[in-house]
Amino acid sequence: MDVKVLQKNLLELIRRTSCELPLDVVRLLEKGHEKERKGSTAKYALEVILDNIKLANQLSQPLCQDTGTIICYAELPKWLDEATFKRTYEKAVVQATKVGYLRQNSVDSLTGKNSGNNLGPGSPVFHLSTTKAKTLQVRMILKGGGCENVGIQYSLPDATIGAGRDLAGVRRCLLDAVQQAQGKGCGPGILGVCIGGDRSGGYVASKEEFFRPLDDVNPDKRLAGLENKIMKEANSLKIGPMGFGGRTTLLGVKITHRNRLPASFIVSVSYMCWAFRRNGFRLSESGKVSRWLYDS
Amino acid sequence: MLLEAPFTEEKMRRLHVGDKVEITGLLYTGRDAVHKYLYEGGKSPVDLTDSIIYHCGPVVVKQGKKWVVKAAGPTTSIREEPYQGELMKRYRIRGVIGKGGMGPRTLAACSEVGGVYLHAIGGAAQVLAQRVIEVPAVHLLEKFGSPEAIWEFKVERFPVVVTMDSHGNSLHQQVLDTSETALRKLL
Repeated sequence: MDVKVLQKNLLELIRRTSCELPLDVVRLLEKGHEKERKGSTAKYALEVILDNIKLANQLSQPLCQDTGTIICYAELPKWLDEATFKRTYEKAVVQATKVGYLRQNSVDSLTGKNSGNNLGPGSPVFHLSTTKAKTLQVRMILKGGGCENVGIQYSLPDATIGAGRDLAGVRRCLLDAVQQAQGKGCGPGILGVCIGGDRSGGYVASKEEFFRPLDDVNPDKRLAGLENKIMKEANSLKIGPMGFGGRTTLLGVKITHRNRLPASFIVSVSYMCWAFRRNGFRLSESGKVSRWLYDS
Repeated sequence: MLLEAPFTEEKMRRLHVGDKVEITGLLYTGRDAVHKYLYEGGKSPVDLTDSIIYHCGPVVVKQGKKWVVKAAGPTTSIREEPYQGELMKRYRIRGVIGKGGMGPRTLAACSEVGGVYLHAIGGAAQVLAQRVIEVPAVHLLEKFGSPEAIWEFKVERFPVVVTMDSHGNSLHQQVLDTSETALRKLL
């Protein structure tokens, strides 16, 4: 594997993720735009959003100036070791920052100093595993701060929202999360949810749900039912795009589950804004991308 | 409707919740670090009288000697709620651009100084960056870093919606109330 070629491909992955929105998201935004009332602030907001998506694509510039936490998932085949991959990915990040695909977004939590190149303790975030497959798979999410700030965890039972330890309780958590996120998370949004697990694993799993195609159906019938119900109910709250009021509050709800301790029942909710930036590729050892994971 | 500098009290008092406005003139960006700094008595490097503050941490790159804005959408405003009202009163800031709206203290300051909260579409970094026609200067860049610095943006027809006005109205409070009632019914 030529690391220069890998770096070039990773830079292109970052560019696509930051500048081009996957089609499954765009289609739902267009549908939302059709549904909103003529002359409403909600329709206006979606108009600007759709214009922005086109413009970012044409100019090859970030959809949103908050290019977010860089979350990288990679499955490494035999021909690529972890250290080499990380080093190469970091180089691509530095390069992407220099040319403006990424904002300088990594700040020392104690001194407030911006590292200027998106590197530092914990940035970017890596989730690496090994694979027996011949190709390297890299997926990434750029998750802005506005939507990250409205992520929330519940420990059930939760008397303040009347949520017990069952799916009816989970429903209450999710509707509460949507209500609280209004205006802050750049709606229409997408919920990634994990029922169970510990606190850290729950959040990780909730974010991985964002890789599911938005129009898929959860293979677990119970969860598919809950996803549908939340979509309908959340969209009836009239929060609307950007919290302006309107019909399009959520574009998707994706739920998974993990086993839990008898003593714990954690529900982890990650919220993603309409600038739902995720993409990925599969790469052969010769450096050829065999597949982009999302059309944009 | 068009809103042109200078941003006087009289012009701002004419605006109402729901008005779609296009701004032409000079904006100052300012977000978390700047608000805390000014609130705690730090000296402002620019004259904020009759100004509009934009809650924005842009992507700006230097091309030759010129700053070029690559992306410039709004950031969540509510984080500045502890500071904003006081700063509006102290400096006579007439407009605040951001996203998500602000709370009762800022709404009260809007009434008092004759100011408005102008909502830009969150995430629409390209549409908004296109309306920045020049970056005359930047301040506190070394101290706070690029996203947190005070950037001067000369804008033309910069699109926003009035969601809090100087007459005590807030679209955010209205939507919160409606959605709370709807949620109570569901539960």
